[in-house]
Amino acid sequence: MNGSDVVIGIDTGPPSEPEASARSWRLSGDSLFHGVAAVAAFIAASTLFGTVIAIALDSRLSIHTFGIWNFLKSSEWNPVTQTFGAFPFIMGTLISSAIAMVIGVPISFGIAVFIVEIAPAWIKRPVAGAIELLAAVPSIVYGLWGLVVFAPVFGNIEPWISNTFGKIPGIGALFQGPPMGIGMLTAGIVLAIMILPYISSIMRDVFMVVPASLRESAYALGATTWEVAWDVVLPYTRSAVIGGIFLGLGRALGETMAVTFVIGNSNTLSASLLMPSATIPSVLANEFTEATTKLYVSSLIYLGLILIVVTLAVRFLAVLLIRHLGRKEGVKA
Amino acid sequence: MRAVVARRRIVDVVSKTLMAAATLVGVFFLFWILWSTLKFGISGMHWSLFTQDTPPPGTDQFGLRNAFVGSLLLLGVSMGIGVPIGLMAGTWLAEYGFRSRTADTVRFLNDIMLSAPSIEIGLFAYAAVVAPMGHFSGLAGSVALSILMIPIIVRTTDEMLSLVGGDMREAAIALGAPAWVVITKVTWKAARAGILTGILIGLARITGETAPLLFTALNNQYFSSNMLRPVANIPVVIFQFALSPYTNWQEMAWAAAFITVVFVLALSVGARWFLGKVQVPK
Repeated sequence: MNGSDVVIGIDTGPPSEPEASARSWRLSGDSLFHGVAAVAAFIAASTLFGTVIAIALDSRLSIHTFGIWNFLKSSEWNPVTQTFGAFPFIMGTLISSAIAMVIGVPISFGIAVFIVEIAPAWIKRPVAGAIELLAAVPSIVYGLWGLVVFAPVFGNIEPWISNTFGKIPGIGALFQGPPMGIGMLTAGIVLAIMILPYISSIMRDVFMVVPASLRESAYALGATTWEVAWDVVLPYTRSAVIGGIFLGLGRALGETMAVTFVIGNSNTLSASLLMPSATIPSVLANEFTEATTKLYVSSLIYLGLILIVVTLAVRFLAVLLIRHLGRKEGVKA
Repeated sequence: MRAVVARRRIVDVVSKTLMAAATLVGVFFLFWILWSTLKFGISGMHWSLFTQDTPPPGTDQFGLRNAFVGSLLLLGVSMGIGVPIGLMAGTWLAEYGFRSRTADTVRFLNDIMLSAPSIEIGLFAYAAVVAPMGHFSGLAGSVALSILMIPIIVRTTDEMLSLVGGDMREAAIALGAPAWVVITKVTWKAARAGILTGILIGLARITGETAPLLFTALNNQYFSSNMLRPVANIPVVIFQFALSPYTNWQEMAWAAAFITVVFVLALSVGARWFLGKVQVPK
């Protein structure tokens, strides 16, 4: 601050006392405000690294004990013998998310195309608003609803699924087991509903930025609504659409409460999708407060480290892909 | 030729029907979930929910007072941490950072944090606050929740401040106002509705958050307003009570879920109302 005071002194001649203090107060007010804002921005930007570093540090004990490759491929999770392996939970996380994507992506695409290309104007806003409300429902409510309301209903459908798909050679093994209503498939379906609003709203937003001239040219050539959506709008927005899908995937991989309620929480991996399973978030939610030894806690945090590396990579790709379209637009504008 | 036209038309009609059906599926599940919450929530509603604390297992009493107070405390402290940091960081991006490389990096990192898994943020708060303190605490829960709301506030503040026209800033600067007075008295005021939208969305996002609280605030069977110790809170009560074998506990879980959903939907509607007041320059 001394430097600026000197500069002011030269500029304005010898200032009277109150004026000088007012000026330096103003200047310090400015730099103070700027400084506080910059610190806040630094905090906002560094939470990402802080999170990864803190989680990595706390998993050191488990990393030293089990190594990386062994931990990833070991299926034994036994607090009594203090042996921990991540394989069933990694598979549970990946499979439940895969089910969610298989169901959720086509539906999200349908919703986005319906809102942007098909729906009459008066219905667009209420429908878009309703789909967005799905994102406002807290995940614990999805879990409660999934366990108490959806699982019993789904349990009545499962015998039919077993009888129909269970007979198909090759994939039949995926649909065997008692109809309990809870399990991997239920978790995947609930996850699919949860990610609908995220994927469809990104798709909707990017479909809107397709230049009207492109769309109108296609219609002028006699293209149908479907052909415009599939052959004009989708290719133009491809990168951002993939980004939106990755965004939904990131959500599904890290979703905790809803999955914990409906997946059945079994630490052994089963071939059937109708059987109980567990994901990394669900085992964290279930066992963290019960973990009694340092190694147990550290192994749970190690699971969290694996999950955060994967979800951050997925989100990193998602944000890059969505921004790619923004840049393309910027160049054209 | 005619066959091709007919095939294209059939594909079009079928696909349009499927798109409409997909939308119906989404809307159907929304109403199913809301309806269940309403039905079970109303039947679990008792006055004593607001006057008594969570009952011990095996009784037929109803009470959530400690959890409501705890949740409000958690949300209040989270806002106390999250709103100033988010607001100032967003202000830095829009007013000082502009499109510089540093600012764009901050925006990128912030976008990645925007929907980072909440359970990971809970682990972070465990490592950063719970482990050093040696015990679970409401403060740790609030740290986790504030980290979840900061990215939302940063992004909306940044976007909303960027919408404020340059002429207003220039007029204030021409009157001799220093930069920080221009920002606080002119730009913030002009973008007030938009900034409030961001804060409300952030609050809605953290209201039902459960996962990070499992590692931080934990729960408390008794009434406590000490944020340095475990505090009762609605989401964890829902989690524990829903999976319990006692019917009155399960009913309380639904009542708590119903109240949470009403609160979150009210916040969302409020956010949308404020968003409608944002003036977008041409």
